[in-house]
Amino acid sequence: MSQNTGTPLNILVLVKHVPDVQFERHLTTPGQRLDRSDSVLSELDEYAIEAALALSESRGGDKAGNTVTAMTMGPDAAANAVKKSLQMGAAAGVHISDPALAGSDAGATSLVLATAIKQLGGFDVVLTGMASTDAETSLVPAQLAERLGVAQLTNLSKLEIAPGTTTVTGLRSGEDGTQSVEAALPVLVSVTDQANEPRYPNFRGILAAKKKKVTTLTLAELGLAEGAVGAAGSATRVLEAAPRPPRAAGQVITDSGEAGIALVDFLADAKLI
Amino acid sequence: MSNILVYIHAPDGTPTKGQRELLALAARLGEASAVLGGPADAAALSGLASAGATGFYAAAGGLDATGLIAPAVSLLEAAVRASGATAVLLPNTVEGREIAARAAVRLDAGVITDAIDVDAELTVTKPVLAGSYTVKAQVTRGPALITLKANSVELPEAAAAAGAAAPVHELELGETGPAARITATAEHAATGRPELSEARFVVAGGRGVDGDFGPVEDLADALGAAVGASRAATDAGWIDHSAQVGQTGTTVSPQLYISAGISGAIQQKAGMQTAKTIIAVNKDPDAPVFEIADLGIVGDLAQVLPQAAAEIRRRKG
Ligand SMILES: Cc1cc2nc3c(=O)[nH]c(=O)nc-3n(C[C@H](O)[C@H](O)[C@H](O)COP(=O)(O)OP(=O)(O)OC[C@H]3O[C@@H](n4cnc5c(N)ncnc54)[C@H](O)[C@@H]3O)c2cc1C
Repeated sequence: MSQNTGTPLNILVLVKHVPDVQFERHLTTPGQRLDRSDSVLSELDEYAIEAALALSESRGGDKAGNTVTAMTMGPDAAANAVKKSLQMGAAAGVHISDPALAGSDAGATSLVLATAIKQLGGFDVVLTGMASTDAETSLVPAQLAERLGVAQLTNLSKLEIAPGTTTVTGLRSGEDGTQSVEAALPVLVSVTDQANEPRYPNFRGILAAKKKKVTTLTLAELGLAEGAVGAAGSATRVLEAAPRPPRAAGQVITDSGEAGIALVDFLADAKLI
Repeated sequence: MSNILVYIHAPDGTPTKGQRELLALAARLGEASAVLGGPADAAALSGLASAGATGFYAAAGGLDATGLIAPAVSLLEAAVRASGATAVLLPNTVEGREIAARAAVRLDAGVITDAIDVDAELTVTKPVLAGSYTVKAQVTRGPALITLKANSVELPEAAAAAGAAAPVHELELGETGPAARITATAEHAATGRPELSEARFVVAGGRGVDGDFGPVEDLADALGAAVGASRAATDAGWIDHSAQVGQTGTTVSPQLYISAGISGAIQQKAGMQTAKTIIAVNKDPDAPVFEIADLGIVGDLAQVLPQAAAEIRRRKG
């Protein structure tokens, strides 16, 4: 490629292994912890991986010295989220795993991730999805920006670094409308499902992933105390959980020309009009 | 009484329904003060006062409106330190969550999102796993930062008479840290309809509208409802992305949700299954949306919706 690609980028993409949203998900009793069997890479993180790969490719990819590293925090099985990222095209993986991490809320999670990011060092762009599909809070990206002391470019539906520059521009869907936003590297970016169309791992990608390196990190290696993470380090606590009562089976009618009237009768009976 | 702060994103002469819900809840929990996330004139202050605010905090010299999130975080942090608040209520929007998230790091506090209720002990009730469970949770350290879903708080019948608004505490923020710049804002086109996230009624259309939102909008207008959509409809460009309901769009909990030509995928249900009443119109009797509908109509939305809209207008006279 002959375009002026600028300085190569070190890109870190954060991924999470979550229970598949297509199946029924459960909280365990006691403990109110999420049952993590049948987990997959969070589908919202696929957009972050795609954005990371596209950013790298826009500057000449691996050959030009750009790197995409995928990092996750979670139990042993969470390594599968990193593996899928490698199959899609990330060059290396990091898996933070320690029994003491179980029960970490967003604040504790962002502490662990930020500590690891600082220790690994040298990232120009840290990319995440817009939310995890299990906790659904969207807190971690903003907390990472805070802890890393970098600008946040979150909830982006479009992301670009013009060739040869170090300014990130994007479009963000905010409360007031669509904002054009920009910041100089290094930055924390989260992307929405509007940002791109994630690629599927192809056969070559799946084979290549087997040779890629995944580094495992423990709490001790991060220099974090057990009490600072997990349930003990979290500033929130779940007291109780109850499955939502299933919606009472409603009535189903087939339109034979008068269903619009029946709809209005239903609204009137329910005192909605 | 404990101090409760409410973060007001854009103060205006008439507070939005969401802002009134936040202030009403704060007033129930303690002494409610508003943190002004934007310029507020006398009318805005008196509007907030009549909705329950008895004190105000603002950035001295105004808040840097082109800095993304970080300036607002500094304001909230300063307001918490100045007031000694035990809880902060914010809207459950992208901004509200992010401001809470970062302020929590600075204050070594906890955040609970998606609240639908908060009791006197600051125990928060919230739906999780796309509405399939309801949990009660508490913040165990620092002030409780809570983002509240719209349509969660019963508003008092009549607003309290607006007394003289309390003085505004101006806070010096100093350096607010690295922030992205907002270089332009394309505001959502005004539709004249209620705001989706706080609307009492929502009529939503999906791929089944086949490019024509006319019948959906017509029924919405007959009901005074907001218009929503599935991602298939917004992806097709038939309606603005801001109308998308679901996991990656807006979450709604209206009194009434009418779903038309939407199959009921898990990501769509995640955004609407806590609605009080759900009516589904779909021509496929096996559409999953019927599993959660109080009234299901197997039929063509292009027939059923206009007929219903005309009937509502006829009955309203
Ligand atoms: C990461 C991710 C995030 C997503 N987020 C969201 C989200 O936030 N919100 C969302 O909605 N989706 C979301 N989706 C997409 C979701 O999975 C579904 O693809 C989408 O909701 C389908 O939209 P639909 O029901 O309109 O279309 P379809 O599934 O195609 O259903 C169309 C329905 O219309 C009916 N129909 C057709 N013609 C008529 C007619 N004339 N009259 C009556 N009925 C008719 C059909 O029977 C069918 O049931 C997401 C997907 C992913 C992967």
